[in-house]
Amino acid sequence: MRLRAWDLTIERGGRRVIAGLSFEASAGLGLIVTGPNGAGKTSLLRALAGFLPVEAGGFALEGGDRERTVGEQAHYLGHADGVKAALSAGENLAFAAAMLGGGSSRPAQLAALTALGLSHVIDFPARLLSAGQRRRVALARLLVAERPVWLLDEPTTALDAAAQVALAAIMQAHLKGGGILVAAVHGDLGLDGAQELRLGSTREAAA
Amino acid sequence: MTPALSLLVREWRIARRIGGGASVGVVFFLILVAVMPFALGPDLNLLARLGPAILWIAALLATLLGLDRLFQADHDDGSLDLLINGSLPLEVVVLVKCAAHWTTSALPLVVLSPLFGLMLAMAPLPLALVAATLAAGTPALTMVGAIGAALTVSLRRGGLLMAILVLPLTIPVLIFGVAAASAASGGAAPFLSPFLALCALSLAAIALAPFAAAAALRHARE
Repeated sequence: MRLRAWDLTIERGGRRVIAGLSFEASAGLGLIVTGPNGAGKTSLLRALAGFLPVEAGGFALEGGDRERTVGEQAHYLGHADGVKAALSAGENLAFAAAMLGGGSSRPAQLAALTALGLSHVIDFPARLLSAGQRRRVALARLLVAERPVWLLDEPTTALDAAAQVALAAIMQAHLKGGGILVAAVHGDLGLDGAQELRLGSTREAAA
Repeated sequence: MTPALSLLVREWRIARRIGGGASVGVVFFLILVAVMPFALGPDLNLLARLGPAILWIAALLATLLGLDRLFQADHDDGSLDLLINGSLPLEVVVLVKCAAHWTTSALPLVVLSPLFGLMLAMAPLPLALVAATLAAGTPALTMVGAIGAALTVSLRRGGLLMAILVLPLTIPVLIFGVAAASAASGGAAPFLSPFLALCALSLAAIALAPFAAAAALRHARE
């Protein structure tokens, strides 16, 4: 399975953010998207998730489910993490699992939270959690619902060192299981053998 | 749990914990109805005659009051992304969210309207029939309002724009609702035909509005 994009062009508010970008993300190899602020990392991930229209070119998940869009086979985790403040961490996960495919039992929720070192807050309302803890609840979504493609926009934001190690571990496990990972980052994700897609240089040359 | 059921439970939980929605609508309804007799004076016949219209206007405004947050809360915290790429078609998501919103904000109004009608010196039979017209008509208000809420989802302070967009579309509901309700309290027109028109409006809105709202939500993602 691989995610392939060809001649991808994305416009935001009349400005061409990404022009003629082609890349491949193969199963088992992470693709790290880097580039300065405003280079189009978030736009690229949102377009792949189906939230932004594509002006030209296209992308497809080869070997995926033809009946569903790439977005419907992907986890998208952006800056707004989609954790409902009024619900507990467990309720948030149960809803995400039901919505994203597959029901989840309480043991599954606990296991997902444990992988991120957060099992003790399962019954806490999310509004009482710190920014990093909420981020980890959002990341636990990746584990309760199985989807082949992970689109992560700055997943390490607000995470402490231990949580970054835990995140690297679950990403490695996802890749080892034949999953596809596209992550936009500024720092180091701690992934071995990941490919890098550098944005920004072509656009500057054109402008 | 199926995705639709789990969405419904989530909406109910959030509505119950955040409060807002239901209680604000009911209190607003109560304020409008309670102030009317003071404004109109102590003429009981006049109050009883205007009662159905007052209840309907109060219900219309109270329903619109909480609707602007219907999709905006999910848009702001990113969970709309989850709903769009989830296993439910977005049209079903809209329908379920509207059902949850209707049960938490419009249903209390329907249940409490006979009580509030007492303040307007209405007789028992008209009270029951007004409640019936509200039960038949408020789904149309919620569904039409959902279109406005979806169109203004990415706008800050979109509530005012939503009201302006939606209010003209709710006028037919108001006309047939008040016509049926006034007939119930001794008007000249028959009760059944405007009541059936009201039911038809609600059914049409339930069938069509999810498609319009879902299309608006998909576009708002840009």
